[in-house]
Amino acid sequence: MGLLSKKDAALIKDPLFDNNPVTIQVLGICSALAITAELEASIVMAIAVLFVLGIGNVLISLMRNIIPSKIRIIVQLVVVATLVIIVDLVLKAYAYELSKTLSVFVGLIITNCIIMGRFEAFALANSPWQSFLDGIGNAAGYGIILVMVGFFRELLGAGTLLGIPVLGDPIEKTGLYALGYENNGFMLLAPMALITLGIIIWAQRSRNKALIED
Amino acid sequence: MGLKNKLHNFKEKNKDKKWLPAFSAIHTFLFMPNETTHNGTHIKAADDLKRTMNTVILALIPCLIFGMFNAGYQHYLALGDIERAVGFFSTEFWNLANFTIGFWKILPLVIVSYGVGLGIEFIFAIIKGHEVEEGYLVTGMLVPLIVPVDIPLWMLAVAVVFGVVIGKEVFGGTGMNILNPALTIRAFLFFSYPTWMSGDKVWVEGAVERANEIAAGANLDAISGETILGGIAQNNPITHSVMEMFYGFIPGSVGETSTLLIVLGGLFLIFTKIGSWRIMLSSVIGAIVMGLIFNAVVDAGWITQGSKFYGLMSTEFWHHLLIGGLAFGIVYMATDPVTASQTNRGKWIYGFFIGFISIMIRVFNPAYPEGVMLAILLMNVFAPTIDHYVVQGNVKRRLKRLKAKTA
Repeated sequence: MGLLSKKDAALIKDPLFDNNPVTIQVLGICSALAITAELEASIVMAIAVLFVLGIGNVLISLMRNIIPSKIRIIVQLVVVATLVIIVDLVLKAYAYELSKTLSVFVGLIITNCIIMGRFEAFALANSPWQSFLDGIGNAAGYGIILVMVGFFRELLGAGTLLGIPVLGDPIEKTGLYALGYENNGFMLLAPMALITLGIIIWAQRSRNKALIED
Repeated sequence: MGLKNKLHNFKEKNKDKKWLPAFSAIHTFLFMPNETTHNGTHIKAADDLKRTMNTVILALIPCLIFGMFNAGYQHYLALGDIERAVGFFSTEFWNLANFTIGFWKILPLVIVSYGVGLGIEFIFAIIKGHEVEEGYLVTGMLVPLIVPVDIPLWMLAVAVVFGVVIGKEVFGGTGMNILNPALTIRAFLFFSYPTWMSGDKVWVEGAVERANEIAAGANLDAISGETILGGIAQNNPITHSVMEMFYGFIPGSVGETSTLLIVLGGLFLIFTKIGSWRIMLSSVIGAIVMGLIFNAVVDAGWITQGSKFYGLMSTEFWHHLLIGGLAFGIVYMATDPVTASQTNRGKWIYGFFIGFISIMIRVFNPAYPEGVMLAILLMNVFAPTIDHYVVQGNVKRRLKRLKAKTA
C-alpha cells in the first residue's frame, strides 16, 4: 500500500482479523446478539458504529492534550453521546422503519465497549490520523462479524437476504420449500446468535492457532 | 490363531494410519482389547463404558418396539380401521399390521440418528486423533424415541449435527458435556421447527399428509392426533382411560408413551446399578409435590373453571406421571451420569427440582407442553453448582468436628 505506511496499514488491518474486537477481544457482544436477526439491521448498525468510532476517535485525539485525566470518561461520554444522537436522528428522519427495528440499540451504541475501549486505549495517546485509522479498522472489524452473523441468521431463519426471499416462498411452497425445507425459527432467537458467533470464533482460531489462549 | 488375535495384529500393523480410531472403535465394541496397562494398581471390572451404554440400550429396546406397534395402532385407530385396545395384551394393539407401519416409519429415524451422530463422532476422532468415544451409543437410541413419528428425516439429521457438535464436541466430547446431548437435539428441534414438534398433527402417522390432502380439496375426515397434554391444556377432558395411559396406548413421542415399560426399564437400570434410584425417586417426589400444590390450589377455589390453567392444574397429581414424557425423562434422561449431580445428596436435590419444575412448566406454559425437557436441561446446568455446595457443606461440617475434637 503506497498510501499508508506499514504501521498505519496495520492499524486498519489488525482489527479486521487477528485482533478483531468481537471475536478476539470479545467486546460489543450485546449488540451483536440483539440486532443481527436481519442482515439490513446488521449493516446499518455496522455503518453507525463506523461513523461514531471514526469521528469520535479523531475528536478525542484532537483534545487528548487538554482533557484532564480525572474527568476524561465524562468527556468521552459527551463525545460519543453527541455522535450517537446524530446517528439516531438521521435514522429517524430517513429510515424510520429501520430505526424502529434497531430501537434502543442505536442509543446503546454509547455503551458499546468497543468505542470507549478505543478512546481509552488508543485515541488518548495517538495522533488524530492514526486514531482515525484505528477507529475505522475496529469498527470495520466489528461490522464484518455483525454482517456475517446477520447473513446466516436471516438466510437460515427467515429464508431472505435484505428482505428479499432467496430460497423460494415458504407459503406457496416454491424453490427449496417445495422439497420440504423449512425455516429454522431458532436462528431468529438470541441464543443462536451467540452460537453462530461461537462457531465463527471456533473457525477463526482453528485456522490460526496462535490466537488460542490457555 | 483366533479372530481376536488377528484383529489385534491388524491393529499393531496399522498403528499410525489416520483411520485407526475408526477401526478400533468397532474392534473394542465387540472384543476386549489385548492391550493391558503395565504399571500401577488397577481394579479390573467388566462393566466399562461400553457395557454401561449397552445396558441402557437394552433397557430402551422394549420402548422402541412398543413405539413401533403404537405408531401403527395410532395410525389405524385415527383412520377408524380398528377398535380401541382393551387390556395390555389386546390383539388390536399387538398385531403385525401395526408393527409394519411403525417399523418402516421408525427404522429410518433410528438409522438417521445413528448414521449422522456416529459419523460426526468418527470425523472428530480422526481429526483430533483420539479413540472414538462411545458416548453416542445411548444418545443415538434415545433420539428416535423422543421425537414425533412424523418428523422429517432431514430435520432430525440437522438437529443431530447440532446436538453432537455444539452440545458435546465443543466441550471436549463424551464425559465433558454440560447438557444431555439427546435433549439438546430435542430442544433444537423444538425451537427450530415448532410446527413439527407440537400441535395435533405430528404425533400420528399420516395426519400431516391427510391435512395436506384436505387442504388440496380432498373430501376426507381430518385426523386429530393430539397428545393428552395438548388436550388438557385447552381444557378438553381426557378421552383415554388411566389404564390406557399406563400401558401407553396414547399419542406421543415414539418411545415415551408406555409408562409400564418405562417403569420396567427403570427397575432394570436400578437393578444393574446403571441408573441412580435416588434421582428417579426424588424426581417422582418432586413431580408429586408440585402436582399436589396445584391440586390444592384448585381445591381451595383460587382457580376456577374459566381460567386457562384450570385443565392442567386440576389434573390429578399422579396422572401427570402417566402422561407426556415425564416418566421417560426421569428414567432415561435425568439419570445420565455425565450431566447429573455426582454427590448423593446432590442427586436428591437435582432430581427433586427436575420433577418440580417439569410440572410447573407444563401447567404455566402450555406452549411448552414438554416441561420435562426444559427442566432437565435447566438442572443439568445447575448440577455442578449443587455438587459444589454439597461438597463444601461436607468440608465445613468436618472442619467443625475436627475443631470440636482438638479444642
